Amino acid sequence: MLENAALTKKIEAIRAEIKEKIESLDSSKQVYETRKSFMDPKAGKINALMKEMKNVPKESKAEYGKAVNDLKAWALDCFDSIDKKMKEQEARLRYESEKIDVTMPAKIRKPGNLHPVTQMRETLIDIFAGMGFEIFEGSEVENDYYNFTALNTPADHPARDMQDTFYLSPEYLLRTQTSAGQIHVMENQKPPIKILSPGKVFRSDDDATHSPMFSQMEGLVVDKNINLCDLKGALDLFVQKIYGEGTKTRLRPSYFPFTEPSVEVDCSCFECGGKGCSLCKGTGWIEVLGGGVVNKKVLENCGIDSNEYSGFAFGIGIERITMLKYGINNIKLLFESDLEVLDQINHYE
Amino acid sequence: MLVPLSWLKDYVDIDIEPKELEKKLFSCGFEVEESWEVGKDISKVVVGQVESCEPIPDTHLHVCRVNAGSHGTFQVCCGADNVKAGGKYPLALNGATVIETAKDHVTVVGVATIKKGKLRGYDSEGMLCSGVELGVTEDMYEGAGYNGLLVFPDDTEVGADVKPILGLDDWIFDVSITANRPDCQSIFGLAREVAAVLEKPLKEPDLSFTEDDTVNEGFSVTVDAPDLCPRYIAHYVHDVKIGESPRWMKRRLALVGNNSISNMVDITNYVMREFGQPMHAFDGGFLEGNQIVVRRANDGEKIVTLDEKEFTLTNDNLVICDGVKPVALAGIMGGLNSEIRDTTTAVTFECAKFARDNIRKSSRALGQSSDSSAAFSKGVYEYTTVMAMKRALHLVEELGCGKISATHVDVNTGNSLEKREMKASISKVNGVLGITVPDEDIERILTNLNFEPVINGDEMTIKIPAYREDMEDYPDIAEELIRMYGYDHVHGTFLEGAAVTMGGRNSKQKAELRIKRALCAQGANECMHYSFFSPSDLDLLGYEADAKERELVKILNPINEDLSVMRTTLAAQMIHAISRNQKKGSLEGRLFEVGNRFFPKSLPLNDYPEEKVTLCIGIFGQDEDFYTLKGLCDNVADTLHISFKYEAADKPFLHPYRTARIICDGVEVGYLGQLTYEIQDSEDMRVPAYLAEIDLDALSKYYENVPAFTALSKFDKQKRDLALIMDKTTTCGEVEDAIYSSCKFVTDVKLFDVYEGLPIPPTKKSMAFTITFTPRDEELTDEIISGYVDKMLRKLQFTMGIELRS
Repeated sequence: MLENAALTKKIEAIRAEIKEKIESLDSSKQVYETRKSFMDPKAGKINALMKEMKNVPKESKAEYGKAVNDLKAWALDCFDSIDKKMKEQEARLRYESEKIDVTMPAKIRKPGNLHPVTQMRETLIDIFAGMGFEIFEGSEVENDYYNFTALNTPADHPARDMQDTFYLSPEYLLRTQTSAGQIHVMENQKPPIKILSPGKVFRSDDDATHSPMFSQMEGLVVDKNINLCDLKGALDLFVQKIYGEGTKTRLRPSYFPFTEPSVEVDCSCFECGGKGCSLCKGTGWIEVLGGGVVNKKVLENCGIDSNEYSGFAFGIGIERITMLKYGINNIKLLFESDLEVLDQINHYE
Repeated sequence: MLVPLSWLKDYVDIDIEPKELEKKLFSCGFEVEESWEVGKDISKVVVGQVESCEPIPDTHLHVCRVNAGSHGTFQVCCGADNVKAGGKYPLALNGATVIETAKDHVTVVGVATIKKGKLRGYDSEGMLCSGVELGVTEDMYEGAGYNGLLVFPDDTEVGADVKPILGLDDWIFDVSITANRPDCQSIFGLAREVAAVLEKPLKEPDLSFTEDDTVNEGFSVTVDAPDLCPRYIAHYVHDVKIGESPRWMKRRLALVGNNSISNMVDITNYVMREFGQPMHAFDGGFLEGNQIVVRRANDGEKIVTLDEKEFTLTNDNLVICDGVKPVALAGIMGGLNSEIRDTTTAVTFECAKFARDNIRKSSRALGQSSDSSAAFSKGVYEYTTVMAMKRALHLVEELGCGKISATHVDVNTGNSLEKREMKASISKVNGVLGITVPDEDIERILTNLNFEPVINGDEMTIKIPAYREDMEDYPDIAEELIRMYGYDHVHGTFLEGAAVTMGGRNSKQKAELRIKRALCAQGANECMHYSFFSPSDLDLLGYEADAKERELVKILNPINEDLSVMRTTLAAQMIHAISRNQKKGSLEGRLFEVGNRFFPKSLPLNDYPEEKVTLCIGIFGQDEDFYTLKGLCDNVADTLHISFKYEAADKPFLHPYRTARIICDGVEVGYLGQLTYEIQDSEDMRVPAYLAEIDLDALSKYYENVPAFTALSKFDKQKRDLALIMDKTTTCGEVEDAIYSSCKFVTDVKLFDVYEGLPIPPTKKSMAFTITFTPRDEELTDEIISGYVDKMLRKLQFTMGIELRS
């Protein structure tokens, strides 16, 4: 026990004062102020006790110093503990006061979408770009030679009639098929050629299932030993990427002036897996595109030696496969810019 | 093309089910678009014999006991006036389906199921049927047209299914024929393919007939236009007795959709269906000068066709004339003046080949078409002219409706109808397919197709029948092989022989996609409009008569006026799109389109027009304004690592004070602004709309721009806010430019406040900017910055009268 009872009393008085003060605290700010009033290195009351040291007899100095340090350690604990308690309480109150209804609407500017046809077009480009196809975009206005004559569509062929083609002059027209691009490429490039030619095409048809403008994607490969099996191989990959892994293709005979042999390509119905449903009209197959082995005459029209080179070509109706993929039943919906339609289709990565 | 199975069976022994045949046809290139059983609606109807027939008092009904053989004996009430004991009639059993008719017993209203019931208190366990109720007409079965019961002959087996008896078990296939196979546009033509695919012999129709000694003295045929008519065969038939055709012929014509007219006309229609060769029968008595002349019409010449329509012709039309006047529109329709009548006693048959494009063009130009013109438009091969004439004459003889004279005229250009030889390398043929078809299969398939193949090592020689004008080269042989061998033999390979190539988008395609995605990220949806629009759209936009946008590429044959010219702006369709959305109740949205505008290099068009890739942005809604649209334009610039400048401008369809031209490197590349209230109102828009149009082709030189990296300064950036008082007419852009140019360390100038009103004088406004100074190699101290700010303020004061707001 300290001999200097007065000093001891002082220490105990401060201890009692701290105890009392702490009882009355109700905010971390008050804790801070109170702590400061006792613990501040300059003005704090505990430090004031330390300054008394000079008045303590030499033999008691150690004991007194220990008593003050004990008080300091004790006070520190007290203040830390009350501070922690206050801060927890305050935090809880703050959180409670900030309670929200998490089901209220989000604040967002939704990103817009690429047009469904663009999404499909870019998806197709990605697929075929990976196979080494370059992208060639021809012009929407074509001349008769590129759109028909060079594609082995003779002058008296029904497809050339005014009924189907929009003419701008006797020589110029709106291209009816992206196949016109084939000729431009083959005239300017020597094999090996792998191109994909997407674009708008035009036919004088306007009803529920036909639009006078729609989009096609033409594919063309010209190299040595290209054959019908290569066409099937490329298209197998394509339908699997678009409609899923298990999708198969089926070739069946058809006719296009610029391919020989010509085929229609069906893919197994992705809705029913080939069992037959309303989408595939019970057949298990859906017609997706046309193609074939490039007609020798077309190669020769472009100055490519048909003895050395051969090729395959195919043409995809982009609206058609887009509509099939999303179950869109009316082609006109794609050209009406209805936000309710455009908002819905967001697939292209 | 409609093909009855029973008719096909005339030429090939078909021993497979209809659905199986359909699959076989499909696999070799003939898609059956639809097929149906003739009596698809009829079931459980058998031959019943009425054993007793008692009238029901006070009604027209009879109560009958009907014996249906193994099916039993039934009590049936019957209202027909020709029911009698001992008669054999079709009996619909309980649960049968038949055609339902209205009260008149003639008008078809649907299909009915027969159920047991009571009539006037009498049980009725079935129904005795008329022809109509079984879907059978008089053309299909004798007596079927009677409005009462259909009566079977006495020797008909009681209890037998009526369908085979009435031909209701026959099938009709609607087959689609591709444009390269006009030889299959007929039942016999298709039968050749059926025989080949089933590997059965083909039975040729009977072409035999006997000419008598009669000669039509002086009859002549002259073809003045052999380019349009390479073959014309005429044959004179005398002692003609016009009358009805036999039922078998009527029935077949009915099944393929032809009405029976008279024996002579029916023969031409029958041959047309059978061989695909249009024929015509002229009344021989009405050919003035006893001659036929095939020539181009004189301009202004007139003809009235069988359907009593008059046409004024041009030199592009081909006509068949007698010695004086046109008697037929060649290949399209006969003339009224030489029509077959009941009184006709002599007929001149025509069997010709007319040029495909000429008939098609005439038919379209005159707006007159027929089965004949449709066939010629698809292509008729010369091969069938000879055959069809023989067949028609045979039928005349078979029907006994005329006598075959010795007067036969055949005008031709010397084309051979014999087989032609083609040699091909088997390895090349297989090379097209990518597989090896075994030699024996090649031989088998080509033999079935009547090509008489001879294989000698790698070389094969085939003989091509004249009806296969489409066979030109070895890829055609490859196609013939694979369609019969089966496309399932084609297995996917992946460009095994091809060189490796680099694929992908070019810089233009990449940049356009980047721009689109940048706009999508800002909430804009891409849309797509037609490349053509209406001339009235330019009126809507208020373009002057001499505006560049009025130099239009016109479509010669538009669908309608609204889709008749190539667009020179994307704005009009964007306005319509915004309007449509607002009318539907979407009152905010962002849209954009990337598409071409078309500008002729010369008119009339004798070169490709210029196609300018253009971006159009349209936004609308209460939260949108000029500046949100400007932000979207800046997004486009950022995407290309360039910057746009904006200057106030005019556009006839935009707000006079909220419109700007967009400038890039001193070149005008587009505009933006708010749509005028007049257009907003006329288009029924409830909220304002804002439009921008940017010429992407003008920006394409920046498509390969790479963003430059500026090393970060190790010193802190400094910011100063300045509130400036200036004339109201001074623009933000002018002040910004002045601030930038006053100090090289200024890297950003951002307007944060605009104020007008007290205490600022009425002609002035205050604009406040945050200016960022970015140090380079040394620190920018407060003193240095203050020096720059003072210099800046002096310059603003001196050049623009701008003061610091105190």
